[in-house]
Amino acid sequence: MTRSALLVLADGRFPAGGHAHSGGAEAAVKAGRIKDADDLEAFCRGRLHTAGLTAAGLAAAAAYGLDPHELDAAADARTPSPALRAAARRLGRQLMRAARATWPSPELDALAAAFPRGAHQPVVLGATARAAGLGPEDAAHCVAYETIGGPATAVVRLLGLDPYRATAVLARLAPEMDHVAARATAAAREGVEALPAASAPLLDLTAEQHASWPVRLFAS
Amino acid sequence: MSLSATARIAAAADGGLPLLESDGPLALRRTRAATGWTRVTVVGAMSAPLGGDRLAIEAEVRDGARLLVDSAAATLALPGRSAEPAAYDVRIAVGESGVLRWLPEQLVSAHGSDLRMRTTVELAATARLVLREEQILGRHGEPPGTLVTRLTVRRAGRPLLDQELAYGPGAPGGWDGGAVLGGHRATGQLLVVDPDFTDKPVETRLLGEGAVIAPLAGPAALVTAVAPDALALRRLLDAALAELAPL
Repeated sequence: MTRSALLVLADGRFPAGGHAHSGGAEAAVKAGRIKDADDLEAFCRGRLHTAGLTAAGLAAAAAYGLDPHELDAAADARTPSPALRAAARRLGRQLMRAARATWPSPELDALAAAFPRGAHQPVVLGATARAAGLGPEDAAHCVAYETIGGPATAVVRLLGLDPYRATAVLARLAPEMDHVAARATAAAREGVEALPAASAPLLDLTAEQHASWPVRLFAS
Repeated sequence: MSLSATARIAAAADGGLPLLESDGPLALRRTRAATGWTRVTVVGAMSAPLGGDRLAIEAEVRDGARLLVDSAAATLALPGRSAEPAAYDVRIAVGESGVLRWLPEQLVSAHGSDLRMRTTVELAATARLVLREEQILGRHGEPPGTLVTRLTVRRAGRPLLDQELAYGPGAPGGWDGGAVLGGHRATGQLLVVDPDFTDKPVETRLLGEGAVIAPLAGPAALVTAVAPDALALRRLLDAALAELAPL
């Protein structure tokens, strides 16, 4: 494995479309649930241990090489919000395009052919990690980081929050990201049945509210 | 002294209950039902489970049977002498053309309690299901205990819904932040599985600020709701129930 490949994949500038999504932060800002850096930290911590853990488990499992069809069905069952299922498939499709150009591999070609409308993003991310020579724990770390990096960046734009304070939130959550990545990887080692299913009622509910807005800055 | 108890129900297409087995605090009674239905009410378990207790209910709805299960009172998770969490497992199977309405009262997580609740449902391809779960965090005005609930539903052998909720002092951080509960003290789900949704899926619909009806990836609709208290939550879920699956 090469540590630098992980930096390339985890970089917010990796052209996979993630910057257009706020991870539920736009809806939370509008509802008054995120007003400052403390609220952002509580939001990110909650997202990390719920949607983040679940997605990290799926990504780690895909990086282990578990059956992507089974993983995609597991992702559907763990994503009750149709808006979030649509976003996950759209992001999966975008990541697939970037991944095949960056780390060409027959496995990615096969996955793209099997899911023309896009597989769930964490499944594609795990497969991308494999193609890049990375391991399951790398994939889980990558997902854990993007789970909170997205909302933090979005809140800087939405609230005009001081970017130094937003980055400090991410740094404070680093030990918990490590913990989530380790838990996700350990579960993935046990197989699909053991994958985490942690969920967050407000993320599921507000994703549907957000999708109904006529005007919004972020896609989700 | 912690206890271990498993109650069992089996319903048959002729309206009979070939199995109705109470155990310990889980007392089951056959109660009066609407025409065409068999009804079982869980009358015990009001002050259980305590820390360390291991309770389970197994319900089998055989091919063609129509069963309604409800409860006489809320389930109150309380602290026990044991430092171990309490466990409450619900295992449900619904056969071909079977119908189950699983509508228990709320689960209340009292201060100092620690409960792991696990509900697993296996549905045949033509089975129908209405299932309600309500989690109330603390009795009036008290902070909640620790509550972890997992709901896993498989239909025709494939995963349909899998979600775990974790709240309270023993849950990972952020559970009361703006991503998960945002200060709400009552949350619930109403799941309706109906093969008819294959051709006519429900449309996503917001029920005010606190609830949404949305189609799952399979032939099912899930209502996700948050509310300040148990009463407001029930009002939301009752409105959704009347719309999605009136009796």
